[in-house]
This record gives sequence, structure tokens and C-alpha cells, in this order.
Amino acid sequence: MNRPVRHSLLLLLLASACFTLATLLQPRVATWGQRHAADSLMKVVLGDGRRLFANHFFVQADVTFHSGYYPSIFDRDQAPKGTRHLTASPEDHEEHDHEPPDPGREKDEDHSGHACEMSFLGPPRDWIEAFGRRFMVTEHTHLKGGKEREMLPWLKISAELDPQRVETYTVASYWLRNLGKFQEAERFLREGLRNNPKSYEILFELGRLYNENLQDPNRARNVWELGVRCWDERESKKDKPDLLALDELTVHLADLEEKAGNLARAIEWLQRALRASPRPEAVQERIEDLQRRLAAGGSRPSP
Amino acid sequence: MNTVWALAGVVIKELYRRKDFYVLFVLTAVMTLLMGSITFFNDPRIASYLKDICLLLIWISALVIAITTTARQIPAERENRTIFPLLAKPVTRGQVVAGKFLGCWLASGIALGVFYLFFGVVSASREHDLAVIQYLQALWLHWVMLAIVVGLALLGSLVFAAPSSNATICFIVVLGILLLGRHLNQVALQQPEPLRTVVYSIYFLIPHLEWYDIRDLLLYDHPGLRWTDCLLATLYAGVYTAMLLLGAWLLFRRKPLHA
Repeated sequence: MNRPVRHSLLLLLLASACFTLATLLQPRVATWGQRHAADSLMKVVLGDGRRLFANHFFVQADVTFHSGYYPSIFDRDQAPKGTRHLTASPEDHEEHDHEPPDPGREKDEDHSGHACEMSFLGPPRDWIEAFGRRFMVTEHTHLKGGKEREMLPWLKISAELDPQRVETYTVASYWLRNLGKFQEAERFLREGLRNNPKSYEILFELGRLYNENLQDPNRARNVWELGVRCWDERESKKDKPDLLALDELTVHLADLEEKAGNLARAIEWLQRALRASPRPEAVQERIEDLQRRLAAGGSRPSP
Repeated sequence: MNTVWALAGVVIKELYRRKDFYVLFVLTAVMTLLMGSITFFNDPRIASYLKDICLLLIWISALVIAITTTARQIPAERENRTIFPLLAKPVTRGQVVAGKFLGCWLASGIALGVFYLFFGVVSASREHDLAVIQYLQALWLHWVMLAIVVGLALLGSLVFAAPSSNATICFIVVLGILLLGRHLNQVALQQPEPLRTVVYSIYFLIPHLEWYDIRDLLLYDHPGLRWTDCLLATLYAGVYTAMLLLGAWLLFRRKPLHA
């Protein structure tokens, strides 16, 4: 047998050995780690390290919401706290609104917490800074008129990277609902719920979708009641429970029951809200009003 | 001037003979088109994430092309010993520096033109609209900024021994200025003396490349810049480029050519 034939045979032998080993090892390798269960490219490529980047993309959504006007790491103290400003209703900002500079954006002239938070630039310290500001976004505006959709890709990526970050789902759903994308909002919230089964925040948002957008109060009631149970399970034993979330859930449930004519049930929910509300006197007034109506025999659904 | 143009022409020919530009362009195009093929929440009108990614890739590619092309010009001439017949033409050392700069800057400009054309097509196809003024201002300021980067890399090629070390240092300096330049005064104020004066001096000395990055204005459809601001920024870049080229010429004038 000459040398080239021997080499070819050796090569074939090695290739066969590789193939045989691959068929033997592949099923074993698949059980070594959890990677085989990964259902997205990002999970496969980044593993758990992807959660580190999730915040970056969530912040990028916030930057987009502010049309590029956003504090840098050097202005971190002035960065917006929490995520509530991301889901503030447009009316909250329009109260003090003047002429909007652009139909796609809404000028934020209100001097409430968020506007003050975002006035991070201050007067320029020198001519370089003063001149440099002509090349950057220096006006605090929020997207509006349907342009809020531009935030959505960053939220979707953030959710892909960190599926346990609940606010990503609630913020995205808020804007999807505002943009009239109810099916997409429901699908995204359901995905969030699969990843965070006990999240009362996601259940609250899902209830709002059913109640306000899909006109399905029965499903909203079920979802919110489940939300209250999840809240009890997760928060009731904490030193500092998330009372605001409980207030929102119970007040919405009370509204729902009042509209359905179940005044006694509405009062029960408001009594629960009384312990969680930042304005208990207003809740108490509502309870008394409902009690008067109940005593007068008025358990008809309100218009 | 003809000599300078002839030298510049050689550098431009080098750009399209080498594969750097094609690789970077194809990478940018493929990544942008891949991202563009994803539809988020069944809304095909969402565009800013795509523009953002495309512009970021363009900025990275433009910096890579400008720095790597410039960093190897004079070291390659010396290594191949083509600098001797070049200077025997006769071509002065000043003309070599000017020619190399012009060639690298124009080559970067041509590459940038192709990249921005692609960006314009992507942007217009998504939004069915193109803010032409803002788009041209972004292109112009980007190219003007590259003049400073090319000047810096040319000066570096006469200071540092190898093109690789020069390119690395240039990348660090340029990225450092782009990321931190705007905030150095803020950092300086938080330092005790004499560090405060040192940092503040650096702040005033460095060319503020971050001014030329107007991606946010382009991405979020803000109104265009005033033309006087563009002109002033161009003058500022011109002064820094002239300083860097003067420094490169002074160094090159005294530099022994044999390795």
C-alpha cells in the first residue's frame, strides 16, 4: 500500500472515530449543564452574565423616552429614580404644558419631582461646556404621538436579557396598551408572568389591560384577586411591604365591584386599601359614601 | 500642491486595494440588516434602535479605518525603504506629511460617504423620510472630527516605534475623549488641588471630539444645528489639525530615516 493511500485511510479512520465519539458524547454533554435548556441566542451566548446588560438596555429605553436628554454616569445623583416616570400618563405632563416644540415630542415644563430631577445640566461652567451644549440634547421632552413605540425594542431586549426584571414587562405593557397593541401587551405580560409567576405587579398590569382595554371585567377581577393573594404571600411579612402596589390593586378592585353593583364587596376592598393608602382620609370618605348608598339599597351598577 | 495631491492619491488607492474597508462595511451592513429583520411587537415602523445601532457601527468603523490607515503610512514607507526614492523626487518632508494627511482624510471621507449613504437608505426605507440637513451636518461634523484623529495618528506614527502601538494609543485617547471629554471639568471640580488644576488644564488642552458626535440629535429628530456652530466647530477642528500636523512635520524634519 503506497503512502498517499495509507494517509487517506488514516484520515478516514480518524474522521470515523470523531463521528462515533460525537454520537456517543452529544447526549451526555446536553445533560451537563442548563445551557441545553436555553431557548434564546442571548442565553446561549451570554449565560447568566446577560443580566448585567439588562439594566443598560432598560436605561436606553428611558433615554429614548427622553429623546436623548439623560444624565450621564457623572450626573448619576440626578438620574431619575425608579420607573414611575416612564409610565406617567401624558395628562400629568400636559397640565403645565406650553407650546410643544415638535409634534413628536411633549415639552415637560412641570416643576414637579421628575422635571426637577431631570434639570441636571445647570448653568455651563466654562466656554467649552457652553459651546458643547449646542451639539447635544439640552431640552427635557418626552416622546408622544405614537413615537413612544421607539422605546419598545430596548425593553424587549432588556426582558430577553433579564426575564426576572418585572418592571420591564409592566413599562412595556403600559406603552403597548397606549399604542393600542393589546394582543402584544397581553402576550408580553403572559411571558413576564411565566418568568415571574408570583408577580403582583404584572398581574395588576394584566388586570388593567383586561379591564380598561379589552373590556373584560371578570378576567380583570380574577387577575387582580390573584394579585392580592400574591401580594399577601410575598409582601405581608416584610418590614417594609410595597403598600403602593396593594393600594392600587385594592382600589381598582373596589372600582370594579362598585361598577358591577357589588357595593359590599367594594367596601371590603376599600377597607383593605385604607391600611395601604397614602391618603386614608379620601378612602374613608369613599367607604362612607358607599355605605350610605348600600343602606339606601343602591346596589345597582353605576353608569 | 500637485505633489501633495499625488501623494494623497496613492493613499486613496491603498484604501480600495486593501480589504479593511470592505470587511468593515460588510460587517456593518450585515449586522444592521440582521437587526432590521427583527420586528418588535409587530410594529414595522420602529426605527430608532436600528438607526442607533447602524450609527454606532459607522462610528466604530470610521475610527478603525482612519486610525489604522494613518498609523501605517510613514512606518510602511520607512520599512519598505520607499521613503528614500520618494524624498529624492524631490519631495519635501512637509509635503509628505501634508500628502499623507490629505490622503488619509479623504480616504476616511470616501469611506464615511459610503457608510452614511447606507445609513440614509436604511433610515429612509424604515421611516419613509430623511432629515437631509441634520444628516448632512452629522456627516460633515463626523468627517471634520476624523481630521483631528488622522492628525493625531500621523503624529503618533512619528513618536511611537510600531504602527500597532500607535493605533492602540490613538484608540484609547480618542475613545477617552469621546467618553470623558465632556465631563472632565466636572471631575476636576471634585479633586483637591493641585490635581484640580492638572485635570482642568487637560480639559482645556484636549480637542473636544465629543462635540462632533451629534447622533442623538439625528436619532431623535431634533432640529438641525445652526450653521454658524458648524462653522465654528470646523474652525476649532482645523486649528487642532494644523497644530498636530505642525508637530508631525517638526518631528519628521529631524527624524533619521534609516531604521
